[in-house]
Amino acid sequence: MTEARRRLKRSTDGAFVAGICAGIARRLDIDPVLVRIAAVVLTVATGGLAAVAYGLLWVVLPVAPKADAGHDRLPGRGTGRNSWLIGAGVGLMTLGLLFIFREVGLWWSDALVWPIVLATAGAALLWRQFSGSTDSETEAVLANTGVSGGDRSADGTRISPTVAKRSRLGPYRGAFGFALVVGAAVLFLYINGAFDAAGDAALAAVTVIVVLALVLAPVWVRLGRNLGRERAERVRSQERAEVAAHLHDSVLQTLALMQKKSDDPRQVSTLARKQERELREWLSGKTGDERATSLASALEAAAAEVEERHGLPIDAVTVGDRELDERGAALVAASREAMTNAVKYAGDAGTVRLYAEITPTETQVFVRDRGPGFDLDSVPGDRRGVRDSILGRMKLNGGSARVHSGDGEGTEIELTMETK
Amino acid sequence: MSIRVVIVDDHAIFRAGVKAELEKGVDVVGEASTVREAVNLIVKQKPDVVLLDVHMPDGGGQEVIRQTLPGAEGTRFLALSVSDAPEDVVAIVRSGARGYVTKSISGPELIDAITRVSQGDAVFSPQLAGFVLDAFTGNDEQTLADAELDQLTPREQEVLRLIARGYLYKEIARRLGISIKTVEAHASSVLRKLQLSTRHELSRWAQERDLID
Repeated sequence: MTEARRRLKRSTDGAFVAGICAGIARRLDIDPVLVRIAAVVLTVATGGLAAVAYGLLWVVLPVAPKADAGHDRLPGRGTGRNSWLIGAGVGLMTLGLLFIFREVGLWWSDALVWPIVLATAGAALLWRQFSGSTDSETEAVLANTGVSGGDRSADGTRISPTVAKRSRLGPYRGAFGFALVVGAAVLFLYINGAFDAAGDAALAAVTVIVVLALVLAPVWVRLGRNLGRERAERVRSQERAEVAAHLHDSVLQTLALMQKKSDDPRQVSTLARKQERELREWLSGKTGDERATSLASALEAAAAEVEERHGLPIDAVTVGDRELDERGAALVAASREAMTNAVKYAGDAGTVRLYAEITPTETQVFVRDRGPGFDLDSVPGDRRGVRDSILGRMKLNGGSARVHSGDGEGTEIELTMETK
Repeated sequence: MSIRVVIVDDHAIFRAGVKAELEKGVDVVGEASTVREAVNLIVKQKPDVVLLDVHMPDGGGQEVIRQTLPGAEGTRFLALSVSDAPEDVVAIVRSGARGYVTKSISGPELIDAITRVSQGDAVFSPQLAGFVLDAFTGNDEQTLADAELDQLTPREQEVLRLIARGYLYKEIARRLGISIKTVEAHASSVLRKLQLSTRHELSRWAQERDLID
């Protein structure tokens, strides 16, 4: 939905001529009538430049997929009659445009005007023919593969008569368009006397080039689109190969290892968590650099590291983030020590949890376990982990540490570090 | 009477595992593996709680809630997912789930969560509490703090923070000197605010944090 809205496309749903105005209206979410009025006003005001822009957009913009999956509109759209009308319409529009030019004082001779009108009508028929058949191909593919839903593929059979009808009509329209363009060129050359003995060879050459350009342009445009599609397909298959390689290197190896260790539930669970973490990290798409400068990532990495070393689960939740500085690094080290302490003495009593809240003014880290807890004052002097690595390190860097425990609700170490 | 539960998940192995764990505490009355099956089953069985996988083909858990919530008073939804991506969590809670837990949750914890959801309470895993705090109260510019939506009260933030730190409701009640009912009321209120915030604000939040493409 959002993708369809974001990019400007020709809307064949409510198309008046080529669906440019309808496409713009859909993109801007306004009434197409307003856009059409604006287009007409612009055309007159710019002396026809806007009409040229319209033509360019017609060539360049891709066709939007139809909003409704219904096929009732399809037979009416792009059938022979419709295309004839459009060919004639474009011819008349060009004529009108040239009359407008005359009003503002730009009038080329009849020798130029009538061939141009004929040529644009012919070109419109030809281009319509080509861009129309790409549409129908796309729609046929959509219908057959059922991309846009079940009921659509059920309709797949209904699309073929239309396609057949159009391909039968197609050559006539194309041939007529081609004849118009060539006829316009011949007329132009004839009026300008290029067929006389002393005719202007350069003029004839230029005319042939213009004719070729008009006739071949839709083919080129289509070729370009197909190339783009192929390139996208190649990129996709490359990505698929990358994903497959990653899954093979990591997930499959871990699964094999887990089968071997299936008699040791703790190891299996550690392996599974480790693999889960790796996979999430990979899916998150963050680069190593981004992780290395983030305080939240550093805390999460520390939790993972302690969990891996001791084989007991640690759940980490972080809120907010900031750049990892010297104080942050000290905080991470103290947190790591607190977690190690928790899994060592209480890891069997339940999951150890790390919660970090990082605000612009301070960072708070809570490490909580379900163990019996301890009283800080009665911690024996030989347990240097708590005293030096946690309390000492925090104080040295201008932070503080507190221990909450008792009531049979486990132990929580609270670390607070103000931002400098 | 034990709580009647329906399990909706497209992974048969996972359904079987959850069912085995749950049978000690609740009554599993059905399983579904697709959105359509789930909708039919929920309409027919009218379970107390639906355990809902977030990611399934054809719209996932969100679609199941969307199709069944209007006619299913008395049925409550608890989202269960391997994903801990904030936008998934927030999306399913916003569509009407009463809680969100990750699939690595232990059996007894899951039964506890189902019981609470069946009583109409909100269930916040520590991860979900963290996301909500991040979304509503973070202090950088990339949050909803400036958006025009109900802000969390200091007390609600306090409760969420304790949930994120791994406290159970009864421990939070004791620590804050309030009743468990009050803790539950705060949690439900946070859930309501999350559901009321407009989709636009939340998706902008997620986008600015590069959470979705």
